[in-house]
Formats: sequence, structure tokens, C-alpha cells
Amino acid sequence: MSNDWPLYEVFIRSRSGLEHRHVGSLHAADAAMAVEHARDVYTRRQEGVSIWVVRSSDIVASDPNDADALFEPARDKVYRHPTFYAIPDEVKNL
Amino acid sequence: MSAGSQSIRPGSVQSAHCRYLLRLGDTSLVLGQRLAEWVGHSPALEEDLGLANLSLDLIGQARLLLSYAGELEGQGRGEDALAFLRDAPAFLNLTLAEQPNGDFGRTIVRQCLLDAWQLEVYAALADSTDARLASIAAKAIKETRYHWRFSSGWLVRLGDGTEESHRRVQEPLNELWRFTTELFAADEVEDEVAAAGIAPRLTELQPRWSARIDEVLQEATLVRPAAIPYQWHGKRGVHTEHLGHMLAEMQHLQRTYPGAQW
Repeated sequence: MSNDWPLYEVFIRSRSGLEHRHVGSLHAADAAMAVEHARDVYTRRQEGVSIWVVRSSDIVASDPNDADALFEPARDKVYRHPTFYAIPDEVKNL
Repeated sequence: MSAGSQSIRPGSVQSAHCRYLLRLGDTSLVLGQRLAEWVGHSPALEEDLGLANLSLDLIGQARLLLSYAGELEGQGRGEDALAFLRDAPAFLNLTLAEQPNGDFGRTIVRQCLLDAWQLEVYAALADSTDARLASIAAKAIKETRYHWRFSSGWLVRLGDGTEESHRRVQEPLNELWRFTTELFAADEVEDEVAAAGIAPRLTELQPRWSARIDEVLQEATLVRPAAIPYQWHGKRGVHTEHLGHMLAEMQHLQRTYPGAQW
């Protein structure tokens, strides 16, 4: 039965103010059922206060084969990290 | 959880208040046990967890209600002794709750009819003069709203689905409908707790249950069966053959190893 159902990706917001995070996927006949399934599968231990679901087929992903082109060039650009500033002692939470 | 081996003293009489709590608690316990039978057998992993969640909610309700009933009874029986060491005639659940699961469609029909009943009962019990029962109901109503959402959603999907899925909910609906008369047939126990303001009058709840069921049946393109005057008496301890078989499995461990814990 679940083989006939499309796959949905599930995103859960664990607390108000935090972002939704990807927690996994599940099968459901439609979006409404996917939300209920997500409630039953991924929030049984009080993991969340809000659920997003999206059809897995609607997600546009980068191609792992393009990883060299996409991500390698950033490797030697250390100057993009804000690590060259002297931080005053008075600043606590930076 | 430990069952112990307390037995009821001869000649003890349970008050209407206590018996009413047993009716509510046993209905939740038996229905919860039925749903637990689905674990590992549901049509899909997601539904397996869904039914297990419903089951755990119901067993949680049963624990609170049976513990309270045991205290009122005053015979030293706790939730476990009541759940695991009573025989079928001492169970006071609604007959509908003990009916076998059948297929997924039949389970959904049974669940819908009882969820709609619990919705009305718990909503009314939130105003009970019995503050402890009111607080149990206030917790249970939140769970029951989700149960109804789950079961009614599935009833509509199946009823308004394919020809086969329609047939597989209409047939159990026709078959199980006979047990719904008992849901609202008050006897001296319910009259007494209603008079004391502990519980609502069942006759007042019926129109709301009926309207809720009619609405979902219409959306599910299902036909409401004709009323059947014959009344079942599960809540008076007179059960169909199915309860004994269910209890044999449910109580096996405590009966074989009294007081076993883990």
C-alpha cells in the first residue's frame, strides 16, 4: 500500500523561534495525510510544535557530481571567514 | 506496574460512581488493546505508528480511570489488578469496543463510532462535579480530538474511495451499527451519576453524536444503517464471545506469572 503512495520530506520545528529542520521522510496519499503521518511518526516524543511536509519530487537538489565545481572553490577562500578581527574582551556573545 | 494478587471481598458492592468509572476505563482499555493488536500488521508503517499512538492514548486513559475506580471501590485493587485479574463478566466496557479488528476498514468504522462517542462524553465530563474525573476528561478530550481526526479522515477516504474500499467500510458499518444502541441507553448506574452531576445524561449526548456521524457518513458517501432495537449489555458485564478471547491474550502474562514486572 505505502509503495503506491508518494514520498514526502518532513520538517519539524522543535520550539517556537527555531527553524524547521529536516527530520526524515514518509509515504502518504496526499499532503494532509502526510502531516498526520508526520505527527504520528516524528513527534511522538514531543519533538515539535510545527510540521512542514513537501513532496520529495518537488525538491530541487544539487548534483553530487557537481560537488567539485560547486564547493571546492570555497576551500581556499579563508578570508571569507570573519576570523581576522580582534574581538574586544567586553563582547561576550559573538 | 505490578498486579499483585488482591481479590475482591465477598459481598462488596461497587457504587454507581465506581461502576461508571469502570465502564469508561474498560471501554478505553479494551479498545486500546484491540488497536494494539494491529502493531506490526498495519497496511503501512505510518498507519502502524498511528494506530499504536491511539492505542497508547486509550490505555493511558484507562490507567487513570481504573486507578480512580479502584480507589472508590476500596478493596485494594489498583489499575493492574483491575486490568489483568478480572474475568470477562467483571468488565464493563461497551460491547462495540470488544468487537474484533477485522480488516483496516472495519477497525476504522469501529474507531469512528467510538471516537465520536468519547468526544461527547469527555467534553461533557470536563464540567463534572467530580473534579478528578473532570481533569481526566480534560486530558482525554485532546487525545480524542486527534483520534477522531484520524478515524473520520480514513472513513471519508475509504468510503469515498474505490468501489472496493467503499464496500469494505459500508459492510462493517452495517454489521457494527447494532452495537451503537448501547452507547446511549442509560440504566440505573448512569441515571445515578447523572443525577449527582458526575456525568452527563446520555440522552442529551445522542443528538450531537448522531449529527456528527451523519455528517461524516455523508462526506464518505456511506449509508446510515437503520436503527436496531436489540440492545447489548457489555456495560453490565454481559459480553459477546470475543472479549474472553481478547482477555486471554491480554492477561496471559499476569495470570501465568502473577506480579511479574519489567
